[in-house]
Amino acid sequence: MSKTSRLTKISLIIILCIGLVGCVSIPTGFLKPNEGYLEKRQLQIRQYDTTNEKQILAAVAGVLQDLGFNLDDSETDVGFVAASKKADATNKGQVASAVILDILVGGNNTARCDKSQIIKASVITKPSLDGKKTVVRVTFQRIVWNMSNQIGRVETISDPLMYQKFYESLSKAIFLEAQQI
Amino acid sequence: MSKLRKYLGLTLILLLIVTLSGCATPAVNALGSSESQVKLRSIQTRAFDTTDKKKMMQTVLSTMQDLDFVIDKADFTLGSITGSKFLGYEVVTMSVTVRPRGEKQLLVRANAQYGIKSVEDPATYQDFFTALEKAIFLTAQQVD
Repeated sequence: MSKTSRLTKISLIIILCIGLVGCVSIPTGFLKPNEGYLEKRQLQIRQYDTTNEKQILAAVAGVLQDLGFNLDDSETDVGFVAASKKADATNKGQVASAVILDILVGGNNTARCDKSQIIKASVITKPSLDGKKTVVRVTFQRIVWNMSNQIGRVETISDPLMYQKFYESLSKAIFLEAQQI
Repeated sequence: MSKLRKYLGLTLILLLIVTLSGCATPAVNALGSSESQVKLRSIQTRAFDTTDKKKMMQTVLSTMQDLDFVIDKADFTLGSITGSKFLGYEVVTMSVTVRPRGEKQLLVRANAQYGIKSVEDPATYQDFFTALEKAIFLTAQQVD
């Protein structure tokens, strides 16, 4: 009797698992700002002392080209530019450890290593609240493919270095545009 | 004892059928939606007392950026904005349209997809409009 009831319990759990996995329900609350959004603003936003939004947008397009991006879409009336680029995503350390793991344990870890990626950037410009400055905000995303050409990872890039590099280049570009170079 | 076992077995099979058939969807459901058209509109739409379309669109853009969306497309003439964000391995895409309603109001409609599913949960959209309200200092009004 106890054996039967244990068997039933196990089968019930398995069925429950199938049921739960089969119909992945949509999570709630993903359109609610999370706690870290003010910090993210700090990272992603810079202000420039000009009211000439078009000039800033032109500089943004220039910077994206400098960084090897292709422009995908833009709308000057609302201050928007989107761009993307393909890049190499191989990481020597990751490949080396996967090869060692394959040799020692077997399996196919190397196939799961990062191979290439598409980085998407989208930039929004708008006048600041007091109307005296122009606010620029950039966000980056990337999609990483692995060695067997499957999508291995998708993520929003939150590395501060990436944003610093972008704004350093933008400051330079605004200067260059002003000098007509 | 054996009767009990038979009974249990039958229940298990029934349960299995229920769980597996729960996900069945018709082959062609490109235009399908489980909610009624009217109800869906009222869930996804709010009216704001302003006619400044540009400011509204810029506020929608920054609200979406606050919510981790990367903006993919925007069009001022149509008043449309599309963005995407990642939740684990799933992609959430959202389109927002801004258009005039009468002389004094703007209608904002948002619709989101989670992976291959349409988001039809009223609370999720309410979260978005609450964030938008705060950003633009105006009240989002329910539209019937």
